[in-house]
Amino acid sequence: MAGLMRWTIPVFAGFGMLALMAATPARAQQGLDEPFQAQFNKALEGKVVAYVPVAMNFDLTEGWYAGVKHELAPYGVKVEVRDPNWSTNAGAQAVTTLLSEKPAVIIVHNPDVQTYAKLLQRAEKEGIYIIQINMGSAYRSTVFVGANWTEIGERDTTAVVDACKGKSNKIAIIQGALSAAASAYTLKGVENVLAKHPEIQVVSSQAADWDAAKAKAITQTVLKQHPDICGIVGFWDGMDIGTAAAVKEGGLTGKVFVATSGGGETRGACDQVKAGAFDLDVSYDVPTQAADMAAMIKWLLASGMKAGETKSSIYTTLIPITKANADAPGTCWSLAAMQNKP
Amino acid sequence: MRDRNDGPSYGRRVTAAVWFRPSQQNIVFALFAVLFVLFSLFLHGFLTTDNMLTLLQNVAVLGILGLGMAVVVIGRGIDISLVASLAVPPGLVLQMVQNGHSLPYALLTAFALSLAFGLVNGWLIAYAEVPSLFATLATGLFLAGLGQVALFKLDVVQWSPGMNALTVIGQGTIAGLPVPILMFGLTAIAVMLFLRLTRIGTYIYAIGDNPNAARITGIPTRPAIVLQYVLAALVGAFAGLVLAASVNSMPTRIYNSTLIYDVILVVVLGGIGLSGGRGGVLNVVIGTLLIGTMLNAMTIMDVSYSGQNLIKGLVLLVAILADSFVNPRNEETAQQGDI
Repeated sequence: MAGLMRWTIPVFAGFGMLALMAATPARAQQGLDEPFQAQFNKALEGKVVAYVPVAMNFDLTEGWYAGVKHELAPYGVKVEVRDPNWSTNAGAQAVTTLLSEKPAVIIVHNPDVQTYAKLLQRAEKEGIYIIQINMGSAYRSTVFVGANWTEIGERDTTAVVDACKGKSNKIAIIQGALSAAASAYTLKGVENVLAKHPEIQVVSSQAADWDAAKAKAITQTVLKQHPDICGIVGFWDGMDIGTAAAVKEGGLTGKVFVATSGGGETRGACDQVKAGAFDLDVSYDVPTQAADMAAMIKWLLASGMKAGETKSSIYTTLIPITKANADAPGTCWSLAAMQNKP
Repeated sequence: MRDRNDGPSYGRRVTAAVWFRPSQQNIVFALFAVLFVLFSLFLHGFLTTDNMLTLLQNVAVLGILGLGMAVVVIGRGIDISLVASLAVPPGLVLQMVQNGHSLPYALLTAFALSLAFGLVNGWLIAYAEVPSLFATLATGLFLAGLGQVALFKLDVVQWSPGMNALTVIGQGTIAGLPVPILMFGLTAIAVMLFLRLTRIGTYIYAIGDNPNAARITGIPTRPAIVLQYVLAALVGAFAGLVLAASVNSMPTRIYNSTLIYDVILVVVLGGIGLSGGRGGVLNVVIGTLLIGTMLNAMTIMDVSYSGQNLIKGLVLLVAILADSFVNPRNEETAQQGDI
C-alpha cells in the first residue's frame, strides 16, 4: 500500500513514510526521553510510609493497608504497620518512636481528637508528611482523607425520618463510643436533621461502645418499651449487626427502618442489606479512600513540598447501599480480593 | 470442714436472726428487691412479662460466665482468662465453618482447644503453683494473641450459612422463653448439681475453705484444681457460642473489653467471697439479676453512658460497704488473707 501511494501521490508518500517511521518504535532511531519520570521514581524509591491504625484485623484498616501497599510497593516505597491493637497508649508510643525514625510519611487513624494532636504537629515540623484517615485529630495536617461524619449522620437520619412519615415518628439512636470523634460528629449530623423535624421523638439515644452485644441489648429493651418505633439510626454496621438481630427477633424487620454506616465490605454491608438486616448502609468506600491516600503520597513525595505547608482534606464520596444497588457490581468491595490483587 | 453456706462468723449469729442473716448474699438480694419494687412502681413499662424476659436475656451470657467463674472462685482461685475462653474457641468454630469445614468437626476442634487450655491453666496453678491471678492473666493474653495472629482473619468473625444449625442456642424462644435464658438455666442447674451432689464438688468447697487442711485429710487437691479450670474454660466456650449465635457474629476483640470485671462483679456482688469456700449458684443468679435490673431500668430511663457507670459504681460501693459493716474482717481473714 505504501508503494501504491508513492507512485500515485509522491508528496504525501514522503510524509507518510516519515509518519510511519515515527510511529513504529522498532524502526525508530532514537526515543524521546520523558523528562519527569526518572525524577518521580527517584523521589519515591526507598521511601518509608508508616501506618498507625487504631488496630489491624478489621475490614477498614486491612483494606486501607492493602490498597496503599498495592499502589506504592511497585515504586520501591516500603509501607510499615505499627499496630497498637486498640490501645491509645501504644498508639501514642508508636507515633513518638516514629518521630525519631523519620519515615517520609505517617498515615494516622486517630482513636480520638486529642491524643495524637501535639505529636502530629511535631512530626510535620520535622518534615514528616502526616496523612490522617477517616478519624481526624484536632490538628489538621497536610492531608485528611475520610468520611464526612456529619453528612453520614444527616443522610442516615433523613432516610429514617422519611421512612417514619405517617407512622409513630418515634426513633432510637445507637451511638458508638463517647470518646470517639466519629461518633460525636455523626451525632451532630443527626441533631441537624432533627432540628428541622420537631415532630420526631427520640425515645432512646445510648452509646453501645461499638459493641454488637451491647447494641442488641439496648435495642431489645427499647423495642419492648416502644414496639411502634419506626426507625433506628446506628453509627457503625459492625455494631449494628446486633441492632438488626434485635429487630429481627422482635419480628419487626421491615417495620423498623435501620440506617447505619460502614466501610462497605461485602460481608458486613451488601450481604446484610440483601438479608434485610439494614435498610440503608452509607458506605465510605475503603478502596477509594486507599486510592486517595496513595495518590496524595505519590504527589507529596514527588513534589518535595514542605510538610504542613498547605493543609487540606479529601472527603470521601459516600455510597448509599440499599436493596436497589446491593447486588450491583462495584457497590461493595471484598477484602480478600483486595489483598490478593495481582 | 464447716457447712458450705455459713458466713465468716456463722456460729455467733445463727441464733440471733434466722430469718435474715445479713450476709453479702442477703444484702444484695435485699438491694435487688428494693430496686425491683421501686422500678415496678415508678418506672412505666418495667414490670411487664416482655420486659422481664428481655432483662434476663440481656444478662444470660454474663450469668453463664459468672457460673464458670464461681466454680473457680469457690475453690479459692480466679480465672482472668475466661473472656479469652469465651472469644477464641467459639470464634474458631465460626472461622472454620466459614473456611468450609463441617460444623461438627469445627465444634470438636474448639472443644479440644478449650480442654487443652483449661488443662494448661490447671497445671500451671495446681502443679507449677503459679498464683491463679498471674497464671490466667498470662494464658488469657496468650490465647487471645494466638487467635489474632493465627486463627482469625478479622476481629469480627462473621456468621456463615453453615453455622445455621447452631442458631437455636442463641435466638428464638422455646415455650415462650428466649433460648439464652434457658441456656443460663441449664448451665445453672448443671453447675449446681456438680457442686452439691458430686464428691468433687464438695472437695472444691473444702479446698477453697482451707487448702492445706483439705490436702492433709487426703483430698486430691491438685487434680481437683485442674478440673476447676477445665470446667471454667468449657463453660466460657459455651457462653461464647450462645453469644455468637445471639448476635450472629463473634466479635473476638471482646477480649479487650471490661467484660471480665462485670463477671467478677456478678460473682462477688452475689456473695461468693474471693477468699473461697463459700457461696453457690444462687449467689451468681442474684448478682446477675441485680446487674440485669440496673442495666434494664437505666436503658428504659435513657440514662447517659457516663451516668450508668456512675450508678453502677455507687451500687457496688454500697454493697461492699454494707458487707464490711455487718461482716467485719476477723481473725480468719487476717490469717488466710483474701485476694
